[in-house]
Amino acid sequence: MTSSSSSTLLRWNPDRVLAAGLRLCAAGAAAIALLIAAFLAVESWPALRHLGIVRFVTDPSWHPAADAAAGTFNLLPMVWGTLCATAGAVLLATPLGVLSALFIHHYAARPVARLHRRMIELLAGIPSVVYGFWGLVVLVPLIRAVQPPGASLLAGILILTLMILPTIALMADAALAAIPAAQLRAAAALGLSRGRTVVGVVLPAARSGLLTGVVLGTGRAIGETMAVLMVCGNVVQTPDSLFDPVRTLAANIALEMAYAMGDHRSALFVSGLVLLAMIAALIGIAARLRPQAVAHA
Amino acid sequence: MAHESPWMRLALALVVLALFACSEPSAPAPTHADRLHGKLVITGSSTVAPLVAEIGKRFESLHPDVRVDVQTGGSSRGIADARQGLADIGMASRALKSEESDLHGFAIARDGVAVILNAANPVPALTDDQVVAIYTGRITRWSEVGGADAPITVVNKAEGRSTLELFLHYFKIESPAVKAHVVIGDNEQGIKTVAGNPDAIGYVSVGAAEYSAAHGVPIKLLPMKGVVAAIATVKDGSFPLSRPLNLVTKAEPAGLAQAFIDYARSPAVHDLVEQLYFVALES
Repeated sequence: MTSSSSSTLLRWNPDRVLAAGLRLCAAGAAAIALLIAAFLAVESWPALRHLGIVRFVTDPSWHPAADAAAGTFNLLPMVWGTLCATAGAVLLATPLGVLSALFIHHYAARPVARLHRRMIELLAGIPSVVYGFWGLVVLVPLIRAVQPPGASLLAGILILTLMILPTIALMADAALAAIPAAQLRAAAALGLSRGRTVVGVVLPAARSGLLTGVVLGTGRAIGETMAVLMVCGNVVQTPDSLFDPVRTLAANIALEMAYAMGDHRSALFVSGLVLLAMIAALIGIAARLRPQAVAHA
Repeated sequence: MAHESPWMRLALALVVLALFACSEPSAPAPTHADRLHGKLVITGSSTVAPLVAEIGKRFESLHPDVRVDVQTGGSSRGIADARQGLADIGMASRALKSEESDLHGFAIARDGVAVILNAANPVPALTDDQVVAIYTGRITRWSEVGGADAPITVVNKAEGRSTLELFLHYFKIESPAVKAHVVIGDNEQGIKTVAGNPDAIGYVSVGAAEYSAAHGVPIKLLPMKGVVAAIATVKDGSFPLSRPLNLVTKAEPAGLAQAFIDYARSPAVHDLVEQLYFVALES
């Protein structure tokens, strides 16, 4: 420590350079998010001006046209489609993901745990278009055998579940790994069974990490496009049952952007803006939940 | 690393050779380019526009002093702009009408739409009325048109696609009246959906459908009004569910416009025509 005063001078400059560099990078990353939001707002402006916000929820249907007066622009069925598909997938994937992490840490023999983790990681690495193709070729015909046409909300939910399961499982895995060993030893010293330890110690201590995984998974499910586009049927309607085809906002943009013009194109940017708002709301909710979780722990 | 350098040199030589080889056909270009400069404004049909935009890019790269500006706004705008001189060339995704005989039309390609079924579906053909009834939800089971006792899965195209526009226009269906079970984006997705579902009916570009059917994808193209759906029948204009893609000028084209129209009708752009699933015409 005595020599540190002389080396402080040397270290000071690189430190400053590093700090400035980091600030620049951080500002850049934040600026990109803001730029994209601003770009979306600018591109949506013509539709918002010609249509007003109200028509996006009161129009009889979604049959857009390049001229605002000629088309109808109701986004609500697609908002519902997005919410239903996302909610369904999160409800299925969360227990699966958390249980898979618990299995790895507290129940599986080490070789089995390692193999299981590798499989989950592999699942995370499969490109979304492959999931979509698999869904189209395997899942959709299976669902059609039960209730035609097969391409449906249910197919979307199942594909999304597969896609966000690894995100939630790996985040839960990391959260469980971060639990101090002392807490587990204390639980063992109290003579708690494995089940009691998991319920009483592990899950409360890992709550914040588990929540982060769920939020990340939800974000991925809301924005997922390609796979959902291939298996959901893409009919614009509010789903009455799991077997109804639906169209999500992201799929809508991908389907129609290539050929859209004028107010139609602009209306698609409005759907992008709605997506962004949904993600922002999600982050807001997560931010509010997290300190609470920490306080409880 | 050392033994790589002769290879690098060879590769370099090949690249240089290739460059020379490429520039050879355009060797007379300089004299040509002296005359070809300026801006070409082309407006009209959103079906033709993507093709003309691609052709325009290639034309610009051949003639660096030329700018091709492609704007969309529908066939009617293409006709009107060409007539009023607002555009050098108009684009129309239909044949010229009799009252438009004052204009000059030049077909650069044809667009055809085939109704497709899964190969396992026993229905051999559908009348126009039956197709309309299926797409508007009046017929919902294959048994009603002589097929198996199964519900029909109606596959429709997303808004804005030219295939949808041609289909709706031919069958005189309003877009909101279509009762679809699956909505797809590009031709490829439509073909996969129908190939994977024995009860599905869909429609895609004839070019894409014929290619897939010929390569073992289990779909079949339905004849329309007794005419086989094939690139050949689209090309000779006998297939009813097809239309010409026209470039339109007011006067007999000259100079830059003429050069562009000639180029757009030449075999040099047939690959672009086929890329967009249109049918190229014999020049």
